[in-house]
Amino acid sequence: MSYGGAAGALPAVADATLHIERGEFVALVGPSGCGKSSLLKIVSGLAKANSGHARIDGREIAGSQASGGRASVGMAFQNATMLPWRSTLENVLLPLEVSRDTRATFRRKKAEHIEAARNLLKVVGLEGYEDHAPYELSGGMQQRASLCRALIHGPELLLLDEPFAALDAFTREELWDVLQNLWLQRKFTVILVTHDLREAAYLADRVYVMSKRPGRIVYERPVALPRPRSLETTFEEDFVALVHVLRDHISEVRAA
Amino acid sequence: MISSLKLTPVKLAPWVATIGLFILWEAACRLFAIPEFVLPAPSKTVAALIEYGPAIWHNAFYTFWVTLLGFALAVVFGLALGIVTGASALVYSAIYPLLVGFNSIPKVAIVPVLVVWFGIGTIPAVLTAFTISFFPIVVNVATGLATLEPELRDVLRALGARKLDILLKVGVPRSMPYFFASLKVAVTLAFVGTVISETVAGNAGMGHLMLTAASSFRVPLVFAGLLVIAVMGVGMYAIFALAERRLVGWAFRGAEQA
Repeated sequence: MSYGGAAGALPAVADATLHIERGEFVALVGPSGCGKSSLLKIVSGLAKANSGHARIDGREIAGSQASGGRASVGMAFQNATMLPWRSTLENVLLPLEVSRDTRATFRRKKAEHIEAARNLLKVVGLEGYEDHAPYELSGGMQQRASLCRALIHGPELLLLDEPFAALDAFTREELWDVLQNLWLQRKFTVILVTHDLREAAYLADRVYVMSKRPGRIVYERPVALPRPRSLETTFEEDFVALVHVLRDHISEVRAA
Repeated sequence: MISSLKLTPVKLAPWVATIGLFILWEAACRLFAIPEFVLPAPSKTVAALIEYGPAIWHNAFYTFWVTLLGFALAVVFGLALGIVTGASALVYSAIYPLLVGFNSIPKVAIVPVLVVWFGIGTIPAVLTAFTISFFPIVVNVATGLATLEPELRDVLRALGARKLDILLKVGVPRSMPYFFASLKVAVTLAFVGTVISETVAGNAGMGHLMLTAASSFRVPLVFAGLLVIAVMGVGMYAIFALAERRLVGWAFRGAEQA
């Protein structure tokens, strides 16, 4: 697979070719176990593809980070995995403490980093919760904090693996908005893996449907709906039609 | 804070149960006229405790320090080996069978060997306390490290975090509740180790005292000794339980809200 720039398109997982523009918001939907998460691991450099290539700006992504992978990736998962012994603010700062790019200067620039973390927490609506322990936050608030942690080091690429799947429907819709706002402000590139077709349609510029394992891209669909999208958007005809089409493709690959 | 001052049934329960046990014991001894050399009543035991006070105090003090020394060794080596074992799957699989095998050896069986090596006295007792309390610490710390969420490790590795950073910032703090839980168990086991060694091959300490008392049928003194050891064990357990609450209170949030 390829990402950013004109590096050319290459396969991942089975025969999946994705070409993602810088600053684009891409959603990946498909049945369970279709290799969506594997694909994210390859993009993040945590796993290496057996064949084919993953490139960022034309540069090969190293498997297993050891050989100079890039620090410019942020990740968030279904489970917020906050560290319970750290305050919310300290949790958000964690990537800066360990990231190759910032760990050497972390202490010196701590005030600056704290400022950045506070700003980020404010954007996601967690102002005033900086010093709370994670277990004092609701699931939705923890997931907001998790997004902050994924973005604190200003990554160019944000990888989201079903980040809202464990939340109730209303909280989930709130967080779509939080994520959309963050993205509109900062314009990082996003790959969102999800089972929720409305979520994909709401957030993405482009939706890919993957087949059952071994995962292949069976359908690609740009989403032209104007931004910022709101809950109202989800009741519009275009949106409903898009979700319907996605649903048909999912039914097809599930039946196959 | 208010709730900590109020005497709730849960807070009273341990006292009621303990006092109840002693009343039951006393009543049974009197009711069935159990001879003192079979099972002395608590009143006789306490009488012996007072009568032999100086000797008990002297030996209890000795046992206490020997136990703490062995336990301290167990904490240092247990923590170190636990971290190494938990951090590396290779070390884990290499060492674990050895640890389990070693832990399965009855410690009473190694005391004679220790005596051959170090002579009768303090060193075998310290080492027995060490060997018996070492295992739960290693296992708990290693477990705490090994159960690190893979997602979180991925997040950090994707940032180019070093293994050591992940270990120190996430793994070790995460394993601390396991560590403290093991300390409570380990310290009581350490008393067991010390007393075993003193009983088999000692010239001082509670084990030695009780063996001497038993051989001259002063059974109330034996029970006084058991009581003192139990109290020391409960005391140390309570101290580590308190330390646990203070230092890794974040692991108890469910229990505190309840």
